[in-house]
Amino acid sequence: MTGIFSFARFSAVLVKEFIQMRRDRVTFGMMIGLPLIQLFLFGFAINADPRHLPTLVEVNDDGPLSRAVIAGMANSGYFDFAGPVRGVAEGEAALRRGDANFVVVIPQNFERDVVRGRQPQILIAADASDPTAIAGAAAAMSGIVQVAVAETMTGPLASLAGTPPPFSVAVHRQYNPEGRTATNIVPGLLAIILSMTMVMITAVAIVKESERGTMEMLIATPVRPFEVMLGKILPYVFVGYVQTIVFILAARLVFNVPFEGSLLAFTIGFNLFILVNLALGFLISTAARSQMQAMQLSFFTILPSILLSGFMFPFAGMPGWAQVLGTAVPATHFLRVVRGVMLKGGDVGDVTGNFAGLFVILVVISIIAMLRYRQTLD
Amino acid sequence: MTGNGQSEPVIAVTGLTKIYGTRKVVDDFAISVPRGAIYGFLGPNGSGKTTTIRMLCGLLTPDAGEGECLGFDIRTQAERIKEQVGYMTQKFSLYEDLSIRENLDFIARMYRVTNRKARVEQALKDLGLADRAHQLAGSLSGGWKQRLALAACLIHDPQLLLLDEPTAGVDPKARRDFWDEIRRLSGEGVTVLVSTHYMDEAVQCDFIAYIAYGKKLIDGPSAEIPAQIGLVTYDVEGPDLAALEARLKAEPGVEQVARFGASLHVSGTDKPALEATVERLKAEGTHEWRLEKAGLEEAFIYLMAGARDNFAGAGAAAA
Repeated sequence: MTGIFSFARFSAVLVKEFIQMRRDRVTFGMMIGLPLIQLFLFGFAINADPRHLPTLVEVNDDGPLSRAVIAGMANSGYFDFAGPVRGVAEGEAALRRGDANFVVVIPQNFERDVVRGRQPQILIAADASDPTAIAGAAAAMSGIVQVAVAETMTGPLASLAGTPPPFSVAVHRQYNPEGRTATNIVPGLLAIILSMTMVMITAVAIVKESERGTMEMLIATPVRPFEVMLGKILPYVFVGYVQTIVFILAARLVFNVPFEGSLLAFTIGFNLFILVNLALGFLISTAARSQMQAMQLSFFTILPSILLSGFMFPFAGMPGWAQVLGTAVPATHFLRVVRGVMLKGGDVGDVTGNFAGLFVILVVISIIAMLRYRQTLD
Repeated sequence: MTGNGQSEPVIAVTGLTKIYGTRKVVDDFAISVPRGAIYGFLGPNGSGKTTTIRMLCGLLTPDAGEGECLGFDIRTQAERIKEQVGYMTQKFSLYEDLSIRENLDFIARMYRVTNRKARVEQALKDLGLADRAHQLAGSLSGGWKQRLALAACLIHDPQLLLLDEPTAGVDPKARRDFWDEIRRLSGEGVTVLVSTHYMDEAVQCDFIAYIAYGKKLIDGPSAEIPAQIGLVTYDVEGPDLAALEARLKAEPGVEQVARFGASLHVSGTDKPALEATVERLKAEGTHEWRLEKAGLEEAFIYLMAGARDNFAGAGAAAA
């Protein structure tokens, strides 16, 4: 009685599969948790047309018309005026540090030149290192200008309110004037590639030792835990260096991505970032019981690196809570370092805040990992 | 307790206890192992043998108890103990993706062996693997893996060998060779503590500790174990032993019937009851009955049989 299909056998396999699914807590958590996280991130946090972008304004002529333009920009919802700046240098520095996405410059004698029909220009310097972040805001400008003109050019000035408008707005896309996607994506990819490989390789390498039982043999020798950890992790620091060098060469030679800024700042940044990733991999290895689990948990940490760091979607476009979460993601800080240095020509001073961010994350992760690491087999 | 008490014991511990959750995996364990002895740990799976061995060499911290191993405190001087102990794990725990030489060299470095290169070459030669030294350890057969693991344990000339079921899954010839080697080491003054399931290995030990459920039930020189249990054994010969065996199992006083070649060994601890049964069956005249001195074999079968019930009674959670 060997039928072609036995329902009893089939259901035995089915039931067994469910039992095993339930036993493997990590995988089970991934199956339920991952879709939920994706749903909430995509649903709430990600915004491809970001609003409320931090904007600074340099007002050299304060009159009803310039006030109307600024009010119009604020009302559009795209621009959040964070404060005034004095002079070009101050505005540039704010853009380079990433404190502002836009700096609006109202020129001197703006109102007078408008009245005299001289067609003055309002200058908007935009951080185009992430082109999608500013695209919507830049596109909204012409409408804002028209409304401002219609509101203020009344009475004796009504004659100026025709077309073309009596003044123009020039948007300077800085750091990536052509708005090339590669220029934006390629530096960011370094952050993603490093976190993906470093975290996973470290976690798997450590878990492999206990999974295969060789950790028991190691612990039985007089070797100290610190010697084991250092000896195991250092080779992967080397791997991280190789990856970074290959990456930078490819970015320059193949993708024509500029490297404008300080090599020192970049070096400090990527060393810190590699350390953070190794610590994270180490932390995962203390939680994972098999190499499979280590892979899954590593993958889990990579999602926020892609979605919340500002790599794929503009950071400024995310709601406040998502930005707070994103700030705890190491890739967010490293991404800013890489873009700040490679595209914006930043030096150590411009990215110090991100170094501090990486350092704090490193310390927190290391403390948790050390507390979890056991020196014996208990 | 032992005959050669002229020197300090290599291991002397008392009250050793390990608790996982609410379960006492090892409960109030005490042992004294003289230098150069081969001490066997016997007991069913999950009885706490491995946990005990791990506590003795500092891999696990005991929850209670104290003692010395090689003159060092097991609680505070684990690092010093590790330097002089060779620990062979139950599962092959060398690197399968390293070659035989690389594995030995790695272990030698772990113990900071002096004159390392020569020591590794010597170990390869002793193993008879000198011409296969470049082969990956993972490609070795079970017997060879076990020999390699033993060679790795010995590379730093340890004073004490802890062997956790060293011959599981190894063929009888390799097992015999392995035990010859253990005997030789013991003769050189190396103390050996070995856990095993095999009776023929238990017989090789100078001392036996029988553990079940984390508790030590019996402990002493192997020759005294049968007497300690108080087992009385009869040897029976004659026709149709299978039928007799089935019948004997229901008789009063018979606690164990075991086949030994062409005869049955009938044993029990209740001497008068067993004698009465034997007298009754003797009168039938079909079989030849002879009173025997109970050996280690009967003693172990008896212990194992008792422990199996013990084991089943408390759930199959293995340590």
